Amino acid sequence: MTGAVDSDIRDDTGTARPEMVRAENVHKSFGHLDVLKGIDLVVGTGEVSVVIGPSGSGKSTFLRCVNHLEKINSGRIFVDGDLIGYRQHGDKLHELREKEVAAQRRSIGMVFQRFNLFPHMTALANVMEAPCRVKRQSKAQARERAVALLERVGLSDKVSNYPGQLSGGQQQRVAIARALAMEPKLMLFDEPTSALDPELVGEVLDVMKDLARDGMTMIVVTHEIGFAREVGDSLIFMDGGVVVESGAPREVLADPKHDRTKAFLAKVL
Amino acid sequence: MTTQIQQQPERVRPEPIKAVPVRHPGRWVTAVVVVVLSAMFVHLLLTNKHFEWSFIFSDSGQGQPGVMFLRPVLDGLVGTIELTITSMLIGVALGVVIAIMRLSPNRILAGAAWVYTWVFRAIPRLVLAILFGNLGILWARIGFGLPFGKQIGALFGMHDFSGQIFSIKASELLTGFVAGMLALGLSEAAYMAEIVRAGIQSIDVGQSEAASALGLSRGQVLRRIVLPQAMRVIVPPTGNETIAMVKDTSLVAYVPVGRELFFQLSAVGTRTFQVLPVLVGACLWYLILCSVLMIGQYFVERHFGRGYGTGGRARRRLRDLSVESSGRIVLTDGNGKEPAL
Ligand SMILES: Nc1ncnc2c1ncn2[C@@H]1O[C@H](COP(=O)(O)OP(=O)(O)OP(=O)(O)O)[C@@H](O)[C@H]1O
Ligand SMILES: [Mg+2]
Repeated sequence: MTGAVDSDIRDDTGTARPEMVRAENVHKSFGHLDVLKGIDLVVGTGEVSVVIGPSGSGKSTFLRCVNHLEKINSGRIFVDGDLIGYRQHGDKLHELREKEVAAQRRSIGMVFQRFNLFPHMTALANVMEAPCRVKRQSKAQARERAVALLERVGLSDKVSNYPGQLSGGQQQRVAIARALAMEPKLMLFDEPTSALDPELVGEVLDVMKDLARDGMTMIVVTHEIGFAREVGDSLIFMDGGVVVESGAPREVLADPKHDRTKAFLAKVL
Repeated sequence: MTTQIQQQPERVRPEPIKAVPVRHPGRWVTAVVVVVLSAMFVHLLLTNKHFEWSFIFSDSGQGQPGVMFLRPVLDGLVGTIELTITSMLIGVALGVVIAIMRLSPNRILAGAAWVYTWVFRAIPRLVLAILFGNLGILWARIGFGLPFGKQIGALFGMHDFSGQIFSIKASELLTGFVAGMLALGLSEAAYMAEIVRAGIQSIDVGQSEAASALGLSRGQVLRRIVLPQAMRVIVPPTGNETIAMVKDTSLVAYVPVGRELFFQLSAVGTRTFQVLPVLVGACLWYLILCSVLMIGQYFVERHFGRGYGTGGRARRRLRDLSVESSGRIVLTDGNGKEPAL
């Protein structure tokens, strides 16, 4: 299970699972504002980690550090064994070149709160863009795969629509398909449903549950406690730039150990 | 007590509303005033013989065609079009580069871009045109090589060392046309840089973040994601700039460049003492060039408006203008039919 760095990762049968994400003592500040103050975290392959916490606690910032959209000030982040953003020579760190950073990002999909679809491209073109440009797949090959992905998220009838012609829930599902098109090892979700009308939340969560069942490793920042309880392998409560409490979702939700967790859960449940 | 609302199986649809529309007497008065004023203007144009319409259109004397269609004037027209196109190409291409430099995290690049914009926006185009026409006075040869090459050579006692990689005679490079093109194009680049920068900055950073999260390189993000969206913001002011450029080409007469519309027309005016008809002819040519550009702009805007509510804004711009296959421009109402007049 996910938890402190030193704890073993074991699945239900007790055998160790390889770890997908390892964050060690991650610090991040913006100017004088310390946002992350030592995050330790391990996510095993195929696990779903749900991150909750009050606004401003650094949840988005941490996700953005994992694919190097933000540079961390100290600590280490590894994804599938690769140090993110740097190369270590002896005890010296070298920044990776832009190309190498891009290569690392290819295997990490990210879904944003505000979708960030490319508005000048159709749903299909949004999904095809990265496979064509980054993986240099042929148009036909990328199209075939994009159509299949859009079908998987239930949008086979919307392939030629522009984002502006889609509902919020549909846009977010296209965004998920777009991230999946790069066949990532890890998916990061930053409050994927909080910009949606309540009746559209379910359709996006269903896609995510489906992904989880297929064994995708996911870190999900969300306020959907029901989702955490149902598909989460671990629940991480962040506040003030640190992980306050983490553990199996049912345990943390039913019996939070820390006062801050209790106070937060009292508000959202 | 509860009241039950009886749902009728089929509700009778109420009669459609037939209301008396609001009257707009003010609009009618304005329309009448405008029509009367237009009629007066046309009357003025047609009856005042000083306009010499036949001199403009059909016969400028000695068996020559109208002044608008004289050989040298048409040649000047082509020159004006060529100058507009080439200087706008330089302006747009260089402008994009300077805008990107300006937004670069590299302070030196950003600073250089700032200085460029500052200098070329400050100097009037007329002054630039004359200056570029006279660069030959400053340097007999224009070359590319080490800065201070000769001085460095002298420092090491090599007096024949110049550090020049190649050089050509200034008078060869800066023929009138090239000097005029450079003066206009370099000046335009400063304005285009600001337009492109505003366009790039108008795009949500979430767009480039989403693209780089997918693994696109910085160049790809710019080319595929940011610039195509920024074009929506960039195209309308660029249309403005192009139209302004058509008119500014008349400044190259001071370089001096002779192959230019207004210079050729005024030459005819001076020779024949028909000043006014020549000016009217110039106005007409500029109007025609401008109309063509507006139509072009409409199609470019429509292209870059993809995905944004079917480009309604661009369509409204040219609302009532459409082009028949024969090239005739016709006024239409909203449904594409010619209105009954
Ligand atoms: N680019 C930035 N520059 C300066 N400060 C920033 C930047 N990004 C985030 N912050 C600050 O970092 C803190 C944490 O932000 P973050 O977005 O990670 O919070 P969050 O936990 O995701 O909150 P929310 O639930 O509201 O999304 C906030 O105080 C925010 O103002
Ligand atoms: Mg956030």
